[in-house]
Amino acid sequence: MVDFVGLYNYWIVVFLMMAGLYVVIEHGNLVKKMVGLTVFQAAVFVLYITLGKVRDGTAPIVAEGIEIYSNPLPHVLILTAIVVGVATLALGLALVVRIREAYGTIEEDEIGDQDGPAI
Amino acid sequence: MAVAVIGIVRARNLFVVVMLAGIYSLLAATIFVILDAVDVAFTEAAVGAGISTVLFLGTLALTTSEEKKPVHNAWISLAVVAVTGAVLIYGTLDMPRYGDPAAPANHHVVPEYLEGGPEKTGIPNVVTAVLASYRGYDTLGEVTVIFTAGIGVVLLLGRWRAHRRETEAAEEEA
Repeated sequence: MVDFVGLYNYWIVVFLMMAGLYVVIEHGNLVKKMVGLTVFQAAVFVLYITLGKVRDGTAPIVAEGIEIYSNPLPHVLILTAIVVGVATLALGLALVVRIREAYGTIEEDEIGDQDGPAI
Repeated sequence: MAVAVIGIVRARNLFVVVMLAGIYSLLAATIFVILDAVDVAFTEAAVGAGISTVLFLGTLALTTSEEKKPVHNAWISLAVVAVTGAVLIYGTLDMPRYGDPAAPANHHVVPEYLEGGPEKTGIPNVVTAVLASYRGYDTLGEVTVIFTAGIGVVLLLGRWRAHRRETEAAEEEA
């Protein structure tokens, strides 16, 4: 019998990821697509931090009388990822603003219509 | 968090979407505190819920805040997402259970960081020790990425302004 309770966190993560992916695929609005990417990204962060959790552990700050710490390595990776994520988000949103200036819309379909039929 | 995400998917007003995304980030930060990742929670609350929301609001101010109704069929993308999700759920069955001290991720270099870190670097916070000392080059690379992104944003938005000024001047002359 598989222990399903220990997998609860992963399933929430999968749900959040898929919600983000759905927004990215389905919605034509570029800003909404960026929000979808952010949602997906945060879900991945939760996945990594879940991997680093150790039962009965505390935050990895070394102090007297504490024996069990959570895994600090995923925390470091995700710190880097959050900051890089914001940098890419800024770049993406700048592109959206630029597209709006060039086409007058941020809806994917209308941009496609203006460019004419695909070759 | 799941509720906030459903709201994001449903809402058509982009302002509402951005606000919900901010709430989502803040909830993620709360979860990080529960999972012992205080440094990450800090960053997520400041950067994810703070700076990201400001960036989104800035974009909305420069563009539009209403989304149009998608015209094509939602079932295809829903099917793609459902299949991917089912495969991922199947994959989690082999994952180490929540909080398992014997999980592979908690071995290899990690015990060394925890034991030797404070003595070698003089920093009691192991996350900071790894970030700034053991993996200092990673952080240097991260700074490079941010710098590049910053240059990109300035080029994209700066050139457009200069270009518009030129065209306006040309129109006035004509």
